[in-house]
Amino acid sequence: MGARVTVNQAGLLADPAGALVWPEHRCLVVADLHLEKGSSYAAHGRMLPPYDTRTTLARLAALIRHYRPSRVVCLGDSFHDRKAAARLPEGEAAQLKRLVVAQRWTWIAGNHDPVPPTAFGGEIVDELTLGPLCFRHQPVAREHAAGEVCGHLHPKAALSVRGRRISGPCFVTDGRRIVLPAFGAYAGGLDVLDPAIASLFGRGGFRVLMPGRDRVHAFTRDRLSAFSGTNRLAAPQVGA
Amino acid sequence: MAADRNLLPPVFAQWFQTRGWTPHPHQLAMLAAARAGRSALLIAPTGGGKTLAGFLPSLIELAAVQPSGLHTLYISPLKALAIDVHRNVEIPIADMALPIRAETRTGDTPSAKRARQRRKPPQILMTTPESLALFLSYPEAPQIFGNLACIVIDELHALANTKRGDLFALGLARLGGLAPAARRVGLSATIADPDGLARWLGSGMDRPVMTIKGPSGAAPDISIMTPAARIPWSGHMALHAMPEVYAAIRAARTTIVFVNTRAQTELVFQALWRLNNDNLPIALHHGSLAPEQRRKVEAAMAAGKLRAVVATSSLDLGVDWGEVDLVIQVGAPKGATRLLQRIGRSNHRFDEPSRAILVPANRFEMLECRAAIEAIRADELDGDPPRTGGLDVLAQHILGLSCSRPFHADDLYTEVTSAAPYAGLSRGDFDETLAFVATGGYALRAYDRYRRMRQDEDGRWRVANGLAARQYRLNVGTIVEAPMLDVRLRNNRRLGQIEEYFIQFLELGDTFMFAGHVLRYEAMRETSVIVSRSSGETPNVPAYAGGRLPLTTQLSRRVRGLLEDQAGWREFSADVQEWLRLQRLRSLLPRREGLLIESFPRGRKHFLVAYCFEGRNAHQTLGMLLTRRMERMGLKPLGFVATDYVIAVWSLRPAVRFDTLFDQDMLGDDLEAWMAESSMLKRTFRNVAVIAGLIERRHPGEEKTGRQVVFSSDLIYDVLRKHEPGHVLLRATRADAASGLTDVRRLADMLARVKGRITHRALRRVSPLAVPVLLEVGKESVYGAAIDSLLDEAAQELIAEATAEEADDGVAELPLGPPVGGDR
Repeated sequence: MGARVTVNQAGLLADPAGALVWPEHRCLVVADLHLEKGSSYAAHGRMLPPYDTRTTLARLAALIRHYRPSRVVCLGDSFHDRKAAARLPEGEAAQLKRLVVAQRWTWIAGNHDPVPPTAFGGEIVDELTLGPLCFRHQPVAREHAAGEVCGHLHPKAALSVRGRRISGPCFVTDGRRIVLPAFGAYAGGLDVLDPAIASLFGRGGFRVLMPGRDRVHAFTRDRLSAFSGTNRLAAPQVGA
Repeated sequence: MAADRNLLPPVFAQWFQTRGWTPHPHQLAMLAAARAGRSALLIAPTGGGKTLAGFLPSLIELAAVQPSGLHTLYISPLKALAIDVHRNVEIPIADMALPIRAETRTGDTPSAKRARQRRKPPQILMTTPESLALFLSYPEAPQIFGNLACIVIDELHALANTKRGDLFALGLARLGGLAPAARRVGLSATIADPDGLARWLGSGMDRPVMTIKGPSGAAPDISIMTPAARIPWSGHMALHAMPEVYAAIRAARTTIVFVNTRAQTELVFQALWRLNNDNLPIALHHGSLAPEQRRKVEAAMAAGKLRAVVATSSLDLGVDWGEVDLVIQVGAPKGATRLLQRIGRSNHRFDEPSRAILVPANRFEMLECRAAIEAIRADELDGDPPRTGGLDVLAQHILGLSCSRPFHADDLYTEVTSAAPYAGLSRGDFDETLAFVATGGYALRAYDRYRRMRQDEDGRWRVANGLAARQYRLNVGTIVEAPMLDVRLRNNRRLGQIEEYFIQFLELGDTFMFAGHVLRYEAMRETSVIVSRSSGETPNVPAYAGGRLPLTTQLSRRVRGLLEDQAGWREFSADVQEWLRLQRLRSLLPRREGLLIESFPRGRKHFLVAYCFEGRNAHQTLGMLLTRRMERMGLKPLGFVATDYVIAVWSLRPAVRFDTLFDQDMLGDDLEAWMAESSMLKRTFRNVAVIAGLIERRHPGEEKTGRQVVFSSDLIYDVLRKHEPGHVLLRATRADAASGLTDVRRLADMLARVKGRITHRALRRVSPLAVPVLLEVGKESVYGAAIDSLLDEAAQELIAEATAEEADDGVAELPLGPPVGGDR
């Protein structure tokens, strides 16, 4: 069950799988797929399990089956590096093509994939404006942020409940802009309290929408606990 | 063995004389063993010339023959101990002007000296298991170790049954291949199974290892403190007894106050200083303190400047303090062997008994202290069953060897199985581990082109590239620290390090104890916890319970015996006797055999209390499994809490059919299902993945930045479990968890033992013996319900807040088109 969220007057739905849905435009939005991150590490001697692309695409396919969108927008860093497309195993490459062709598909360029591959179909843009919303990879300065839907930061939040610590990827929003969690199976996270994320929002603060197992829960900033230092290191370098 | 003085060459005999010493019989016995070319295990308490006994044969040989190259390799589990021993060995070398070069080699050794040690090794080298592994990974290893005559392993008891011990055993097997004639000398504290340790040491050798016993000395004088205050029902801090502890410190010359957890160190230290009207120099020592602070305490201790030090197991091993004449153990000893080794830290003169006072912190601990004393008197020590070597450690070893020189898989398999922990290793597991090192070992052969090891035309394996070799060398070792954070004051002064797990539970502004102060959590900056000193005396966050060891099986049996044998109760304080008599009146006493279960209503819930005495870890696992089963039986379980002795579960409906509830079959599917999603497994997997080299602690090129490469092991675990549940690292993880955090092995033994012997008592209210565990309720985290209900609960707290209306409760989903295939 998703949570409703309004961004710059657009009515959106945050899905527990970490995707954003815009019913009015029948649009499904995901961020930071980081396809073939596993093999990128393997090429540098770190033999992470090679199933990350398979896992990520299966989750994406399930969302598409469920929502039947007329358009899918990937908010950049869809491919972990420039050679990721070439490393994509045959089965996964074919599956990606099948997914892309079934509806309108927009690849937004990211810092990991400044030139997304054309081999899988879909249109490639730097950013996309639809009605009150603007889809891009990296957030821009606050004064230009109205309606911004972005990724890049891999937001993650933590809170303590009855002595138990619960943490996970989350959406962050102040109603003016929204940052999506990373969708990729191996994408790490950056604490939303880190200045790189927190400073995107004004004094009014922000809320996080945190997917649970099958629901999305909303919390204000003051309910969150800080992550410790090590967790943030799995996140992308800000400005990289 | 005849203590033949003639074994001692004149110059050595003279040296003993000028020192005013007579060689101990065990020193001469070790010498005789060496003369006969035999390997030996020396079992003796700390002090008593144990180190000299280990080195004397080498010194004599080296003085006579003066061979070039490495003659004696000394391995210590502690860097500090290696340095201390080096200092001690230099004394006879200097006194007798022996032409012997002895050096240490640790992680701190400058790289120029390391390189020279590789080219031109000293005759005696003092090092650690990790440095040995590094040595063995260099192409020069055969030259360095080819003429090795002797390997001395200090504190072997602390090494053998651990993952570090696995790594060292593999290194020892390799040394056996490089220098088959080298003698092995093990030095060990008193332990339960000397023969087992001797077999461990001599594994793969032609002749068995001789066991030589040092003097046992006078029996220790151990008593239980009986403070004026009543003994508490629960808790672990023993603050009620601090006036008496302080008085004992005042009456002694130098005291070590041992505690079980870091939190106890802090609180006990504070409590003693509140009483310290005489301004006695009392210090504290634990593994989380900054190294410079620890070294200061150690130096003050060695110089005899302290009257007492409050310490955790950070002082268990190694460096000999000499002057200590009293050991106080605050809190339960948890095991007889452990207690004996701690007591051994005091008074090293053999003719006088070591003196120790036990301070139980609660009523059950009173039983446990008594049980430990009786076990020591009966000479019944406890120890873990021998470990099966970890496949993660094997993976690390394989990569290391491939950096040294190419090997045939068949040869390596033979060598590896000559190491004690790997004697039972199947060829299949070996091959899978090898495949993991080479390409990740995934069924999907995606990484064949990114190999870390490849085979040459003769089928021999070698490291594939320099990167893999550098990765190995940067990440060698089996000690995986829990993620640690620096604790700093605002002026950036570093107080020490603290586990990330602890900080995660704090809110900004919370106060906690650390380094002897009450600190306020101010901020998180990079990898530092920024704190300020708080004026308050009591922290608002009870310190965490890290470092707790579970009660051993042997002590647990004795505690049950103490409950059953009522004649022995008069040894207990009056309040404990009264407690037990009341239990007898209201319910039953647990017996040595079988299992007592009580049930009673309380509030609007139904409680079940089981007196298992199998230690906290096994009880935690039991709690998870029981609540799962009760859920299925429709009993609506709400939570459970476990201590070392007892487990309590509460539910909305009363539990029934206890034989079914405690049936062994809970260890089947339920266990699998729970383990799969348990956070304990994820924590275990992280360690396994780091040791096996799947995740690096440090990556070449990034080691200087101080920025660790941390990859979320949870994400990898989830993906691997889904796509390749039989992967060798997942199997290694389950094996670790079964003997470690989840203690499944012990739980299985208990369920088998009590089968058909469960006694159930239905009570109208809580029994006296159940009170301690019920007092723990609320201090512990409760039944791990689904994450959503916890999040919901957190959301409930916020319902009054404006934001709550944004949370979507119950709004129907809005599919954008007709769903195909339905549920997701």
